[in-house]
Amino acid sequence: MWFGFPLRPEQASTIAQGIDHLYYFLTAMDLFFTGIIFLTIFYFAIRYRRRKKDETPAQIEGSLPLEVAWTAIPLVLVVVTFVWSSSLFIRNARPPTAATEVFVIGKQWMWQLQHPEGVREIDELHVPLGRPIKLTMTSEDVIHDFFIPAFRVKKDVVPGQYSTLWFQATKPGSYHFFCGQYCGVSHALMRGEVIVMQPQDYERWLSGSKKAGTMADAGARLYEQYACITCHGTGKGPPFVNLYGSQVKLQDGSTVVADDAYLRESILVPSAKIVAGYEPIMPTFKGQLSEEQILQILAYIKSLGAAERKAGQE
Amino acid sequence: MSTTAVAPTTGVNYLNAQYGIRSWLLTTDHKRIALLYLGSVTFFFLIGGAAAVLMRLHLIEPQGALLEPATYNKMFSMHGIIMVFFFLIPSIPAVMGNFLVPMMVGARDLAFPRLNLLSWYVYIVGGLFTLYAVVAGGVDTGWTFYTPLSTTYANGNVMAAALGVFITGFSSILTGLNFVVTIHKMRAPGLTWFRLPLFLWAIYATSIIMILGTPVLAITLLLVALERTFHVGIFDPALGGDPILFQHLFWFYSHPAVYIMILPSMGVVSELVTCFSRKRIFGYSFVAFSSVAIAVISFLVWGHHMFVSGQSVYAGLVFSALSFAVAIPSAIKVFNWTATLYKGSVSYQAPMLYALGFIGLFTMGGLTGLFLASLATDIHLHDTYFVIAHFHYIMVGGALMGYLGGLHFWWPKMTGRLYPDGWARFSALVIFIGFNLTFFPQYILGYLGMPRRYAVYPEEFQVLNVMSSAGASILAVGYLIPLVYFIWSIRYGPPAGPNPWGAKGLEWETPSPPPTENFEEVPVVEEEAYAYGEKEAHVV
Repeated sequence: MWFGFPLRPEQASTIAQGIDHLYYFLTAMDLFFTGIIFLTIFYFAIRYRRRKKDETPAQIEGSLPLEVAWTAIPLVLVVVTFVWSSSLFIRNARPPTAATEVFVIGKQWMWQLQHPEGVREIDELHVPLGRPIKLTMTSEDVIHDFFIPAFRVKKDVVPGQYSTLWFQATKPGSYHFFCGQYCGVSHALMRGEVIVMQPQDYERWLSGSKKAGTMADAGARLYEQYACITCHGTGKGPPFVNLYGSQVKLQDGSTVVADDAYLRESILVPSAKIVAGYEPIMPTFKGQLSEEQILQILAYIKSLGAAERKAGQE
Repeated sequence: MSTTAVAPTTGVNYLNAQYGIRSWLLTTDHKRIALLYLGSVTFFFLIGGAAAVLMRLHLIEPQGALLEPATYNKMFSMHGIIMVFFFLIPSIPAVMGNFLVPMMVGARDLAFPRLNLLSWYVYIVGGLFTLYAVVAGGVDTGWTFYTPLSTTYANGNVMAAALGVFITGFSSILTGLNFVVTIHKMRAPGLTWFRLPLFLWAIYATSIIMILGTPVLAITLLLVALERTFHVGIFDPALGGDPILFQHLFWFYSHPAVYIMILPSMGVVSELVTCFSRKRIFGYSFVAFSSVAIAVISFLVWGHHMFVSGQSVYAGLVFSALSFAVAIPSAIKVFNWTATLYKGSVSYQAPMLYALGFIGLFTMGGLTGLFLASLATDIHLHDTYFVIAHFHYIMVGGALMGYLGGLHFWWPKMTGRLYPDGWARFSALVIFIGFNLTFFPQYILGYLGMPRRYAVYPEEFQVLNVMSSAGASILAVGYLIPLVYFIWSIRYGPPAGPNPWGAKGLEWETPSPPPTENFEEVPVVEEEAYAYGEKEAHVV
C-alpha cells in the first residue's frame, strides 16, 4: 500500500511472499540503475553544456577499465537474479505429494471446475485453507490460461493436453481468477472467484452442495457404459488396478509412467503406445467422450489404487 | 572526410530533378523511395494510433465506455498488426536506412535500386491486404495469431490480415538484402568497417535479422493458412496438430523482430549523441559489437514468451538465462552513450532531446525486461499489463523516440528546410511526459494482476486505467505537433544549408537536399567516424 493505494495484489498463498520479495529486489535494482542513468545524464548535460558556439571539446576514445566494469557489474547482478529466480521457480513448480486434485476444463467462455467428491462449479472455485490444491486442466477448444493474481500462479490451459498448477491458500477470502490467454470475443468475461474457506466450513459446503456422486463413481459407470469392462475387466486388455503412476512396459521395449497424459492418449489414440503382451485391438474413443468424461475415467482408474511413485497423487 | 566547399542549395537536387507522379512512382532513387516509405509508414502510424486512442477511451470505464467487446478485440488486433508490421519494422530501416545507407557509405544509390522500388510496392500490396481485412470487418486474433484460435475458431478476415503480413515480410527481406550488399560492396575508398558510422552497424545487424528471421514468419503464416483453409492438421489438436508448435515458430521470428525495431533506433541515438555533444562515441567497438551480440542472442530467446505454456522446466531455465544475457550488451550501449556526454559540448536541440528521452525510456524498458526474463516473476506477470508497459517502453519509448529523433536530425537533409526548433523541443517534452503518464501506471496495473486484451475489467483497476488514458491524450497531442510543423516547414521553413548541426559524416558533405547522384565526386574517407575534434569540423 502506498498512500492507501495498492501496489501489489493480496498475498494469499504460500508462494506469494517469495515472489514479492524477488519483485521488490528487481524493482530496487531497476530504480537504482534508472536513477544513476538519469542523474548522470542530467549532470553531464548541465555541467558540459555548450557555452561557446564553436567550442571543440577534447576527444576521448573510451576506457577499457570502465567497459569491463559496466560489463561485469550487470553480469554479476543478472547471474544473482537468475539463480534466485530459477531456484524459486523450481521449488514452486513441483506440487506437494499430498495435494487434493481439482479438475478444470476451460471452454469459450467459461470455466468448469470439478471436485473429486463430485461437486461441480462454474466460474467459482471453493478451496479449503492451508491444504495444497492441484489443478489438472485442459481445454475443449482454444488455449486458455488460469491465472490467480493473489496466489501468483498462472498456467496455460491447452486443448489436447493436461497442464497442472498448484497452490496452498493462506488467507480466507474471495480472490479473482482470470483467463490470461486471449481466447476470442468474450475473453474478458472468462473470469471467476476462488473462495478460500476454513477447512470445517469447506467440509460443510462440500456436503451441502448438490452432487452427482463422486467423479470416480461417474467414471465407473462410464467404464460399464462404454464397455471398457469387456476387455479391461477380463484380461483381454491391461487391468486398471494399481495402474496409475506405475511403470508400463510397452511392446517396443520402452517403458512409460502411467500418468494423466499417458492415460488420456491411450483412450483417444490407443495405437500410439501398445502395452507389451496385449493385442492392439482397442478402438479410439475420440469424439465419443467429452473432456469431462475422460477426467471421470481417470478419476476411476486412480480410485483403483496407484503405484508407489505416483506423479503427485496421494 | 574531405571538406570541399559545398554547392549552394539552389541547384538541381533529387526533389526538383523531375516532376510528376510518374517520376515518383517509377523512381529508383533511394532518397525518393525513402520519402515514399515516409508517407506510407506515417499513414499506417495514424491508423494504428487512432485504434490506440479508441482503446484508451474505451478503458476509462470498467464496463467499457465505447465499444462492443468484439470491436475492442478488433481494435487491439489492428493496432498490433499495423504498428508492428507496417510501422515499426519498416520505420527506421525503410525510411532513414533507405535515405542514409548509400549516403553514409559514399555511394550513389543502393546496390539494387530497382529491387528497392519493388520492396516498396510489395509493402504497399501487403498493406492493402491488411487494410482490406480492416475495412471488410476486421480481424480479432490479436497480432500474435495464436492457434487454434486463428486457424479454427476465429471468425473475421484472418486470411486477408495474415496474407498482408506474409507479403510485407518479403519487402523486409529484400530491403535487408539490399542493405547488406551495399554495406559490404559499396563503401567509399578509405571507409573501413571500423570507420562506419554506428547507424550502419545497427542497420547491418538489423538486416541480418530481417533476412534470417522473416522467412520463418512467412512459413508459419503459410501453415496457418493451410490449416484454416484446407484443415490440414498442424496446430489444432482436434486435427492432430500441436498448438504450442505455432508459438515456437511465431516467436522464433517475432522475438528477433523486437530487435529489428530497437536496433536501428540505437544506431540513430549513437549519431545524435555524438553530434550534439561534439564528441566521438565513447567505446566505438563496444557499441558496434553490442549490436551484433544483440542480433545473435535475439535468435535464442524466443522461449521466454512461453514460460507458462507448459514447456519443460529445463527449457524454461535455458531461455531465462539467455534472455538475461541480452541485458549485458544493452547495458553496455546505455553506459557508453551516457559516457559520451562526459566533457562534451552538449546542446539541446530537438533531436538531442529525443535521443536523451530514448536513453531514459529504453533504460526503464530494458530493466523491466529483467522481471520477465526471470522465471518466478514472469509466471505472475505473463500476459498482464506489465508486459504491455514493458514492450511499449521498448517499442514506443525506445524505437519510436529514436525514429522521431532521427527524423528531426535528418529532416533538413531530406527536405533542405529547417523546422521551428522551439516547437520541436516542446513536442519532445510533451511526448516524454505523455508517454510516461500513459505507460507507467500499466506496470502497477500488471503487477496487481490485470490481464491484457480485456475489453472489460474489475472495478479496482479503474483509477490506474483512467490515469493511463489521460496520459494517452497528452501523448496523442505530442505526436500531432511534429506532423504540423514538418508539413509547414516544407513550404515555409528557412533553408537548412548542407550541415545545420555541424555534424560529421558523409551525408553532411553534400547539399541539402542532395543531388540525385548524392555526391559530385566519390568521396575519399581519411578519418574515423565522429572525428569532432578535428579543427575543420563544419560549423554553420
